[in-house]
This record gives sequence, structure tokens and C-alpha cells, in this order.
Amino acid sequence: MNTNTTDTVKQTLFVDGRELPINGERNVLEMARKAGIDIPTFCYHSELSVYGACRLCLVEIEGRGIQASCSVAPEPGMRLRTNTKKVRDIRKISIELLLANHDMTCPTCSRSATCRLRELAERMGIDKVRYKPIERKAPLDHSSLALVRDPNKCVLCGDCVRACHELQGVGAIDFAFRGADSAVLPAFNQDLAEVECVNCGLCASVCPTGALTPRPEMEEVWADLDNPNKIVVAQMAPAVRVGLGEYFGMEPGSITTGQAVAALKAIGFDKVYDTSFAADMTVLEEGEEFLDRFKNQGVLPLFTSCCPAWVKYAEQYHHELLPHLSSCKSPQQMFGAVARKVLPKVMDMKGKELVVVSVMPCTAKKYEAKQEKFIHDGVPEVNHVITTAELGLMLRQCGLQLADLEPAAFDKHISFKTGAGVLFGVTGGVTEAVLRYAVEQVQGKPLEDVDFREVRGEKGLREATVTVDGIELRLAIVNGLAQAAAVIESIKNGTCAYHLVEVMACPGGCVAGAGQPHTFNPAARQMRTRAIYDNDKMLDYQKSQDNPELIKCYADHFDGVGGHTAHETLHTEYTHRKRLHEIDIALQEGESKGTLPIQVCVGTNCFLNGSQDLLKKLMHHVDQQGLTDQVSITATFCMENCGKSPNVRVGATHLEACTFEAACRSLEEQLGSKAL
Amino acid sequence: MQQTMRKFDTLCDIIDRFDRDPAKLISILQAVQAEYRYLPKEALAYIATSLNLPPARVFGVATFYAHFALEPKGKYVIHVCDGTACHVKNSQGLVNAIQKKLGLTTDKNTTEDLLFTLETVSCLGACGLAPVLVINEDVHGMMTPQKCVEALDKIIEREAQQ
Repeated sequence: MNTNTTDTVKQTLFVDGRELPINGERNVLEMARKAGIDIPTFCYHSELSVYGACRLCLVEIEGRGIQASCSVAPEPGMRLRTNTKKVRDIRKISIELLLANHDMTCPTCSRSATCRLRELAERMGIDKVRYKPIERKAPLDHSSLALVRDPNKCVLCGDCVRACHELQGVGAIDFAFRGADSAVLPAFNQDLAEVECVNCGLCASVCPTGALTPRPEMEEVWADLDNPNKIVVAQMAPAVRVGLGEYFGMEPGSITTGQAVAALKAIGFDKVYDTSFAADMTVLEEGEEFLDRFKNQGVLPLFTSCCPAWVKYAEQYHHELLPHLSSCKSPQQMFGAVARKVLPKVMDMKGKELVVVSVMPCTAKKYEAKQEKFIHDGVPEVNHVITTAELGLMLRQCGLQLADLEPAAFDKHISFKTGAGVLFGVTGGVTEAVLRYAVEQVQGKPLEDVDFREVRGEKGLREATVTVDGIELRLAIVNGLAQAAAVIESIKNGTCAYHLVEVMACPGGCVAGAGQPHTFNPAARQMRTRAIYDNDKMLDYQKSQDNPELIKCYADHFDGVGGHTAHETLHTEYTHRKRLHEIDIALQEGESKGTLPIQVCVGTNCFLNGSQDLLKKLMHHVDQQGLTDQVSITATFCMENCGKSPNVRVGATHLEACTFEAACRSLEEQLGSKAL
Repeated sequence: MQQTMRKFDTLCDIIDRFDRDPAKLISILQAVQAEYRYLPKEALAYIATSLNLPPARVFGVATFYAHFALEPKGKYVIHVCDGTACHVKNSQGLVNAIQKKLGLTTDKNTTEDLLFTLETVSCLGACGLAPVLVINEDVHGMMTPQKCVEALDKIIEREAQQ
């Protein structure tokens, strides 16, 4: 017990009799794992708060009995045992209880190969469940364009709840009800598509089972591949090439670009292109936009707009940021738009319909492609979006092994890329790529060193300053939407000193997106990141502006970077977006037919700008004037016009920045004309 | 409609009275439920907006506590005690009698006319009066199924006169 009393320098404790030094570990679970003992857990996730709910990480501590190791801080002299009969028995019971509750349709579950519950049941040697199963099926939620929610497979570990709340600052799902009725649900048990979910899929990434999974689109792709009247082309995102291999048992970070191209061709794609080409294009368009704003005192900081989860987040929560967002479409949508513009001119379409399929490491891209603004005359820029893992599955369906395929090259015209385009796959990558363009433009001579190591790293919020010819460019790089809060706050209170802010929703950037193959390897993200930087080095060019195919594309099909055609094809606009759907408060319902409807917005922005007072005054006014049977009043959540709050609608008239007087005037006018 | 307006006023006042402080969410929900007799979805959404909390979090808190109701409750809430003492003195018989009288089941515990809601509680701390039930604030001790029906009849009659 007191072997350490004289040793003040080195503090130790004992795990299964082995003495181990304490080096600032948060809990004894981390200590045991360092000692090479993989203590099972569901709810422990090193990037999330400690929750202590799953009771699988139990250990026996001398003098304290059974404890959840995630929730016990290491103390010198502590003696813990991780493998006693008691510990084994309790763990087994915990898993059996979960299995009794679980919808065990494993052969048809997309996560069966990577299911933590299945893996632990196997590890614990569970060959039968002693408890009576509960036959209570909840309906699946297929509403989201990005994700499928199957409550029957939830083990209530809360990883998704904490990831959404703590890492993304969204909180679209949370625990509801209690005891046997406990469930993880969107607000009011609404569909996921009707709440503030930004489709990032982090919940699906951390889910140990198949309760949250990316929405599959493979069948739609197969149908088009089988259709002889369609020419089907693929675009492949940068992060796919360093993730796909894992699906076939390769080391994380194995670069399989050539094999992936060969695989796409093998399963029937007519042409295969590289999204990195469109990323290079984004660099030029966004770089120009940035320089223009920088030189001409435009709206700064400029926020990147490649990440659709971030864009939806900004549209929902921060209307005042929208002028800060780069008007550039994301590389996925740029590629789709360019493909539709260029391909019919450079290849023989034989009168067939062009279908564009994206392979993405991301679930939010599924949502992005289906936005109305990216569909023109019924033709979407991008028809279908499959994830890296879905591509892996499609290959396996065909009996193809990635490693066995002879590497193939991307098709020409819109595929050639530089290292800058590939960097889009990691956090800090877009910033570095834009710097390689912007700094060269500012200093007017070629860059000597293309590496901007100061923007690389893993921290959720990173700051860097790059000085060119005495001009300071101040940058911020955010990964994990919750980390954007500090930057956004500084813009609101006028203290923001940044010029360019990159935001990616997924910690680590796209390499760790929810569309990548599932992994239990905590080092996978770092290994994929390293592979992206290696790939940058291996390519012929590192700067987007040096991309010969891109230069030719601009010359043949556009009127220069940032020109009119470029703007029409490659840029977009943003709208305010409401977070809650289908919730209105009917406050007063007129009794006569054809009452005049009044709607007062009580969404966050209007609320902060005094819509509550306005609403109250209006109700009293209607009451005092004896108009109660002629008008109906509703409080509604967000009219998607947050920049001009408070918003009121009287009949068909929309009143922006509405005052009580303005609302009354409009009310009187409309009631008066009615009376006539 | 006067009533909905008054209620919305009260809702706003409650939120302001608790300083729009997310830490006071439970107190706010209690006060709102006292006003509405339940927590309408719209009110929860409004509370979430005004406290700057995700609506899913507010919904989670509101559904966790047995005290909070998301469906409208009756004007008269009957709490039948099912603590140990009442249980052995046949509290289930009281529940059965009330359910039969009011046409309620375990899943449907409020009458169509929103007059009665039936709930069981674990102990009212009046074991000497077992079996015991409370209708709103009035305690009824030493109950029998027959006395339950009589008590309900009295309320129904009084309501009919009003």
C-alpha cells in the first residue's frame, strides 16, 4: 500500500499485478488500455465527455469493489483487477441484457461486420441469452436524405447524443422518456428530416451498432448502371482514396487511387473522374473571391463552403454569417455542374442521358446533392451519392478484391489534379490549398515552399498567421462545428481578426467522414491524414493554378476565373433555414369564415429582436378592437428571413423588421378593404 | 380564445420570471404545466427557443419526469396510492373500479371530456388511511371500490350543474 510514500517523483498503480506509472491519464480505463488490455466499452469515447452508462468497463478495485473504470481517476497505489470472475460475470450479464432488447436481424444489418455489440458478444463467449426478449418494434425513420435511424438497434450508450451536442453543437437527438421506455429521439419524436440535424453523420460514425447508418443509394446506382440508355460517370472525392482500402482489410491510409478507378470501371461506370479537379477549381474561384474581398474591403472573414453540414449549420443558426460564406459551390457540386457543361461537348453522348454519381466520404453530401438549388429543369447536377463504404460493398457484391485490380487512370478532360486539390480531404487542407494560390498572387512570384505547416494539425480550432510582403493573412481552421462558436462570437462582437476561416464539420476533416469504412482503430484518422499529405507530395503539381487540364478547361469553357460563366456555373447562394418544422402556436382563432390570418415569427432571431412583445401587443390590440372573430393569430417558428427580424405576415403581406404600428396599419388596411 | 392569449402571456411571463436561464428549465416546465395542466409541444418549442436550448433536450427533460405530462390532463387528477400498505389493502381494486366507471385503460388514462385523469403513485405517506387516493387536493382515505364510484358521481353531478 505505501511502497510509494517515499517516491514523490514517480507515481504508480497496479493493473492485474503489473506496476504502471501514472502519466496524467484521465481514468483507470485509459491506464489499462495503455497496458494493452482492451477493456470493452460502448459509451467511452476519448473525444466525448465521460458518461459511465454502459457498465461494460467494470473492474475490481481493492478496497472499493466493482467500479466503472471510465469514471475512476488513477490514484497512486491503487490495485485493480480487470479479469476476475465477478467482472466477467457482470459484463456477460450486461451484454445478454442488451441482446435481449436488441433487434437481432444481424444478417440483414449493414453494420453486422462492424457491430460492437456483435463483437463483444463473441468476445464474451456468449452462446445463449438467458433473458426473455422484448417484442416491441419501433418504426424506422427513413425521412432523412443522409441517415437512417433504427431505434430497435439502439443500446442507449449515448455516444450519438454527446457527439451531436458536444462536438457539433447541434443536439438534434437526445434521450427521451425513462426506464424501459428510454430512447434516443429527435425533438418531439419528429422525423430526423424535420429537425435541425445537419446530416454530418457523426452519430452514425460513433454508433456501436446499426441504430444510425448512412442512407444507402446503391440500388439507384445499380439501376442506372444497368440502363443502356444512360451514360454513367463517377467522381471520386480526395478522402476516398485513403479510406477504401480499409474495407478490404488494408492498413488505414493505404492509397488506392488507381485500384478504385479500375474498380469503378469494372462495375460498369463509363467514365471515372476525380473530384480533386473540382477542388482545384474551388481553390481558384475561392482564392479570387478571397483576394477580391481582401483588397476591396469586402466582407471578411471569408468562410469556406465546401462542407455541406457546415453550410446547413450556418443557414440554420447564424443568418448574419451568410454574407461571409464563400459563394463557391462545394467541389462535389462544382464537378457536377462542370461535367454537365463540358462532357456533352468533349465526348460522344450517343444521345444518351448523362448520370453523375459521387463517391464521397460523407453523408451530408447525399443531402447536398438533392437541394433544389442544385437541380436545374429537373436535372440534378449530381444524381446519386454513395459513400466510400457503399462503393466497397458494391465491389464485394461483384466479388472484386481491390488489391487484385490492375490500377487504372482517371478519364481525361476533368480529372487532372494537383496536390492542393487532394488536400481538401483533411482539416486545414482547403486553407493550405487557397494559400498556395493567394500568397503567390499577392507576392507576384512563384512560391518557394508550398507547405504551410502552420495550418496543419488536429486541434478543433487552430490559428495561424502568414506574412506575405509585410501583409498579414490571419487564418482560423475549425473542425467540429462546436469549435466554430468562438469564431462566430468574435464576429458578432466585432473583435474578429481573421481573414479566412475554414470550417469542416467532422473532426479531422473529410478523411474521418461518416461515409468512410467503419473502424475501431483509433489511429486510423491520423494514418489517413498522413496518406493525404503523402499523396500531395507524390503528384506532379502542388498548386491548383498550375493544373494544365484546369487551365485548358477554363480557356475552352469559361470566361476566366471568377468570370460571368464561372459565376453562373460554379457559384451559389445561401438561404435562412428553419430548424423546427410543423410547429405553430395557434393563439387565437377567429370564428367567422375567411378570417384574416396573422403570423408572428418567434424563431430565435425574431425572438431576440422583440417578437414576443410585438405578439403580445398585437393580441391585446385585436382583443380591444373587438376583432377577435375576424382574425386568427399564430406564433410560428422561423420564416427563414432572419436578417430582417422580427417578421410578421398579415394576410398575404410580409412585413420585415415589423413594428407594432406597422402590423396594425396593415391589419386595418386589409380588414378595411374586406369590409368594403 | 381569450384563454389561449392569457396563457401565452403567462408563458412569456414565466420564462422572463426565470431570467430565460437554461439552468432553470425544470422550474419553468413546472410553472408552465401548472398553467396549462400539461406541456403542449408548441410551448416546449417556445421554451427551447427562448432559453437557446436544443428542443430535443427540452423534450428529453419533459419526458423523463413522471410529473410532466405531454398530453392534456383532466380537470380532476386522481392519484391512487399503490405503495405497499395500499397495495395489500387492494388498491388495484380501486383502480379497476375507477377505470370501469370512467371507461379508462392503462394506455388511456384521461377521459374524452378532459374531466378526469387517473394515475397511480408509489406512496402518499398516509399508510394509516390505506387504501388512499387523492383527487386534486382532496384526500380520500379507507376507500372501497364503491366509495370511489360515489366520489366520482358527486363530481360529475357538480360539474353537470355548472
